Amino acid sequence: MPNNVSVAELKAKAKELRLNIVQTTFNATSGHVGGSMSSADMLIALYFKYLNVDPKNPDWDERDRFVMSKGHCALAYVPCLAMRGYLDLNEVMRNFNKTESAYGMHPDSKKIRGCDASTGSLGHGLPMAVGMALGLRLKKIDSKVVVMTGDGECQEGSNWEAAMSAAHFGLKNLIWIIDRNHFEIDGNTEDVMSLEPLDKKVEAFGFKVLKCNGNKMEEVDKTLAEAWATEGPVCIISDTVKGYGVKQYEGKATSHYCSFGAEESEVKKFIDEIKNREF
Amino acid sequence: MGTAWNVYDGNKMSSGAMYGRTLAELAAKDPRIVGVTADLAKSTNIGLLGEAFPDRLFNVGIAEQNLFGVAAGLAKVGFIPFASTFAIFACLRGGEQIRTDAAYQKLPVKVIATHGGVSFGAAGSTHHCIEDFAIMRAIPNMTVVIPADAYETAIAVKQCIDVPGPFYLRVGRGMEPLLHESEEDKWCKEFKIGKAMTLKEGNDVTIIACGVPTRDAYIAGDMLEEQGVSAQVINMHTLKPIDEEAIIEAAVKTRRIVTVEEHNVIGGLGDAVASVLAQSGKRCILTKIGIPDEFGPIGKPEDLYAKYKLSSQGIMETVMEIMGKEIEEDDWSDED
Ligand SMILES: Cc1ncc(C[n+]2csc(CCOP(=O)(O)OP(=O)(O)O)c2C)c(N)n1
Repeated sequence: MPNNVSVAELKAKAKELRLNIVQTTFNATSGHVGGSMSSADMLIALYFKYLNVDPKNPDWDERDRFVMSKGHCALAYVPCLAMRGYLDLNEVMRNFNKTESAYGMHPDSKKIRGCDASTGSLGHGLPMAVGMALGLRLKKIDSKVVVMTGDGECQEGSNWEAAMSAAHFGLKNLIWIIDRNHFEIDGNTEDVMSLEPLDKKVEAFGFKVLKCNGNKMEEVDKTLAEAWATEGPVCIISDTVKGYGVKQYEGKATSHYCSFGAEESEVKKFIDEIKNREF
Repeated sequence: MGTAWNVYDGNKMSSGAMYGRTLAELAAKDPRIVGVTADLAKSTNIGLLGEAFPDRLFNVGIAEQNLFGVAAGLAKVGFIPFASTFAIFACLRGGEQIRTDAAYQKLPVKVIATHGGVSFGAAGSTHHCIEDFAIMRAIPNMTVVIPADAYETAIAVKQCIDVPGPFYLRVGRGMEPLLHESEEDKWCKEFKIGKAMTLKEGNDVTIIACGVPTRDAYIAGDMLEEQGVSAQVINMHTLKPIDEEAIIEAAVKTRRIVTVEEHNVIGGLGDAVASVLAQSGKRCILTKIGIPDEFGPIGKPEDLYAKYKLSSQGIMETVMEIMGKEIEEDDWSDED
């Protein structure tokens, strides 16, 4: 059962997460800004409204599970976990990517409270989520398993093997979110290796497909509500803008991995931009 | 010896950039050369081939199994495909395709893997690759080369065209300092796949290194000299077929060997040397420097090198330890 949180509150949290992403990138000198910014709204809605989790009891067996399959966006995911109360946010932001830190470029479930799976190698999340959903069903636990992949990530064959099995096994509680930000490292997905018609492909594999503007909280909220109420497997194709929140990076392949200059003033510019923007 | 530099300010000289440039040059002369990558055209620098010959570079998207299957198919119809991704995704995700499609059929698929070892430090264990030497060595028909720097990379890429069958070459992230002055220095001129390169002669101990830490091994050799230890330093750039003669000669000459590799201590250079030694019957103390069979921490590559004693200081200290060890003063004369 989703928590009772307003869209306005979720929007404020998403703005805060974007600020944290930018500040953390500055502290770490570089980071996967593009895919982190594009997925920020969805992550916030999941963690602050939809996922039934308890930061005081991260291993609670009845909890909903979340797998951040696009693990390179730990830059959004781990600060989001911290904001939700699993971790000390300041510590995460200060130590991100530092030697011997628990908080690296990709999330490590052995080191990060609340992180359900270590990821970073693309194409692993959906298969693990299928396994989790199968196991929970066997244990008669009725919780959701949610997994977020990138769109470029969908080019990995393992996703399609997992998708086939999710439908075959009739996994009602599985929700696959594709962060459709249109870019991978080498360019636009349709130029590198076209995915379209993505909805029809996923549908043909046996998923109910929902679509939304993944950077509009009203739509994200509505679509997650529908996904929660739908018998799965469900796939949300979340149409987003890579780098969303900082104009200079938006919709560009170069936003995938950004190095921020050493000047505090540069990051200040981005922070002001996010603060002053209506999302 | 070459100087320290950084890919971000010395862009043109990274192993990756050198690879891409060399490949584009080769392709201009050899129409059999094509390239395949998996959304890492830029990161691995194979993209430089595509810039020169757009129709001869295939980007299959993020799909490493397909990458090596496609490469094998290209080889089947007469091309020499160079296939590039990060080392971990080559040897593990695409590993079976490399083995069964390329190696089993003895096809000339040239795997040029980047970001090997712990060179992608902060990316952590999903991206560190400390298993590839072991995996690639164990594949029949495979030749395995781990160049010490960008110059050796260029030379090996040129030479591998004439190596029959599949070929695996691993470099780091491309920010590594150079061992050599140029492709024309005295060592590079002698570079030959399968033949160990002696960087320094010595009588007390032999350091056998491969890949990025080879430069540190060489520096450690000088540091040891100052401490009164005469260290021989060998660059074992070819892991398979390994230069057995060089290893046995070193064992007989110095009786002490330290191996240095950016890889798990299981299954890599150290174990390859150990196997040659054990089978030779020559007595020798061996210490292996490498990653001690663990998923290590994240961190700056230089911090991780220091942690795992892959730095010149760490190598020097390890050698001093082995110098303190007693060698059973046996009668060695019955060996020959
Ligand atoms: C198996 C694997 N191959 C390659 C990579 C290197 N890599 C990291 S991110 C990325 C692009 C991901 O694109 P996408 O899934 O669209 O993510 P987003 O745009 O949301 O960042 C690639 C190829 C990887 N992490 N894992």
